[in-house]
Amino acid sequence: MSEQPTSRAVSKEESFGYDRKTIDYIRNAAAHGLYEIRGMGAKRQLPSFDDLVFLGASLSRYALEGYREKCSTKTILGTRFAKKPIELDIPITIAGMSFGSLSANVKEALGRAATEVGTSTTTGDGGMTPEERQSSKTLVYQCLPSRYGFNPDDVRRADAIEVVIGQGAKPGGGGMLLGQKVSARVAGMRTLPEGIDQRSACRHPDWTGPDDLAIKIQELREMTDWEKPIYVKVGATRVFNDVKLAVHSGADVVVVDGMQGGTAATQTCFIEHIGIPTLAAVRQAVHALEDLDMIGKVQLIVSGGIRTGPDVAKALAMGADAVAIGQGVLIALGCNHHSYFQDGEHRIATADYSALGTAPGFCHHCHTGKCPVGITTQDAMLEQRLTPEVGARHLKNYLKTLNMELTTIARACGKQNVHHLEREDLVALTIEAAAMAHVPLAGTSWIPGVSGGI
Amino acid sequence: MDGLNFDLTEIPLRTVNNFLHKEAPGQGVKKVTIANPDGAHNIAVGLDFAVEIEVVGHAGYYAGGMNKLASITVTGSAGTGVAENMMSGRVHVKGFASNGAGASMHGGLLVIDGDAGLRCGISLKGGDIVVGGSVGSFSAFMAQAGRMVICGDAGDALGDSLYEAVLYVKGKIKSLGADAQIEPMSEVDLKTVKDLLAAAGTAFTGHDPKDFKRVASARGLYHWNADANQEY
Repeated sequence: MSEQPTSRAVSKEESFGYDRKTIDYIRNAAAHGLYEIRGMGAKRQLPSFDDLVFLGASLSRYALEGYREKCSTKTILGTRFAKKPIELDIPITIAGMSFGSLSANVKEALGRAATEVGTSTTTGDGGMTPEERQSSKTLVYQCLPSRYGFNPDDVRRADAIEVVIGQGAKPGGGGMLLGQKVSARVAGMRTLPEGIDQRSACRHPDWTGPDDLAIKIQELREMTDWEKPIYVKVGATRVFNDVKLAVHSGADVVVVDGMQGGTAATQTCFIEHIGIPTLAAVRQAVHALEDLDMIGKVQLIVSGGIRTGPDVAKALAMGADAVAIGQGVLIALGCNHHSYFQDGEHRIATADYSALGTAPGFCHHCHTGKCPVGITTQDAMLEQRLTPEVGARHLKNYLKTLNMELTTIARACGKQNVHHLEREDLVALTIEAAAMAHVPLAGTSWIPGVSGGI
Repeated sequence: MDGLNFDLTEIPLRTVNNFLHKEAPGQGVKKVTIANPDGAHNIAVGLDFAVEIEVVGHAGYYAGGMNKLASITVTGSAGTGVAENMMSGRVHVKGFASNGAGASMHGGLLVIDGDAGLRCGISLKGGDIVVGGSVGSFSAFMAQAGRMVICGDAGDALGDSLYEAVLYVKGKIKSLGADAQIEPMSEVDLKTVKDLLAAAGTAFTGHDPKDFKRVASARGLYHWNADANQEY
């Protein structure tokens, strides 16, 4: 126990380049010969909406009563070509997550909560389940590269179609569903052998570039007699160009998913190293729409790390028409919670987290299918840990809270409509955020690369 | 109402498609001729009733896309993605077909008298494709289920990352894709080829099923495996 007389603190100096995390990574690679796959989104620190603050009303702006005066949150998507645009009561939508990655109970819970608060849900890579169609008043049907379970009857049943080019967690990559989650029902829906490690295609099978996509979108319009809005979803990379090309291709709505966006299973190297932060993406997307004079004609949905009411408000102020939430929604359902509610009582799940080698608050083991709280699983026992009733109640509360925060902020900025929030209402707390969001550093008129100086 | 003619130089395609979706199924329409297609895209997409459609001339992209129940004939050639995501019914191209013919089909029968371009039968999920001529590279890429009969040659990387789809090729295969392998023809395979050739029409029955090779998945990539050495 006694220390050597020559020992100094510096003899235990941790390397910055080869810290414990990196050593662990190299050991893992050496042991397995395969890259790490995990769920959730980027965990590293990134410039984000937290780096922006609102300039509330004061003498130069007139505030609205925070608790009384009306502040509209009505949101309309798909006004460019669709005969039947999507009308939502709040600008907060549920992002696409597949049945397969999530249990059927969860898909039903999402539909119920979304319907109660007047917003939309979205299918995922694996087709539409009857549960989600039935429970969702407004359901967006994804058309993905894999086309798993893609069915013209479901196209006709959908309220909007979302052509998915990419996802913030993995732009340039396809989906992944490991064998544990490819149950008989999931396999059947996707026409795959049960239990295989499913790796989805990363490119669409029947079109290649933006000119082809224009014809593909036209096909979906002809197919639906020009009634349903067509969204195009891109993972945030070259956002300025990609949004322009999506508009060129005929999208009614463009969905831009930043690198904080989650996934149920992807290579860690993808999650942490490909794509740009949502904060940078939203500015580039809006810039593209401005450049094409498409503001108010093509709507923008922003996703990737939207967690709170302030996040929603900032996204809207930056120019988004709506946001989509995935991870936050799952956390509202109980993801990473230490317990779950079953048969009228709270049951502790920490042992199940331990069995996965993790703990509540750190879990990203969606890919294993062994979700301790029954969300990202196809296991018959585990999925009973989240019933649609309980899930829907929590999610409804979460969405209501976000919407209350959003309207509170909007009123404080003097807006009767959340869509009246504008970039001018924001300043940045860091130089990075100021440069990415093109808003001035707080207390200055400086937007790095654009204007002013200290 | 038995037979109907639409001339695309006189009536917009959108009106024709809309009629085929909304009114035609209830009116007992049995046969529709579409004249002067001039390579228009998205002809007769999303049909959902038993009807015979004859497209007299060349079709653009996605002819007969997402078809259910209808029997659609293109007398000329067809562009990219003919019969993509077909669920049931039949699409017959008398000329050539471009890229991605029968992409992600779930059911039905696609017959191409001539050659097909790149990625024929990509992402196939069911149903059958019979090609009288040759197919381009990357055909049956990631094909999951269903069958393809190729009477001519196949290009590079045939059947790359195949799942349970089975391919029958009469001519030369330039190269097989990852995890695809040639397997012996069983009695069942011979009968399958015979039946599919017969279903494709009299122009195909001259081929002898014994001349075909069977290509299917070695199933070596169904699970993550470090020893696969990136052979995905």
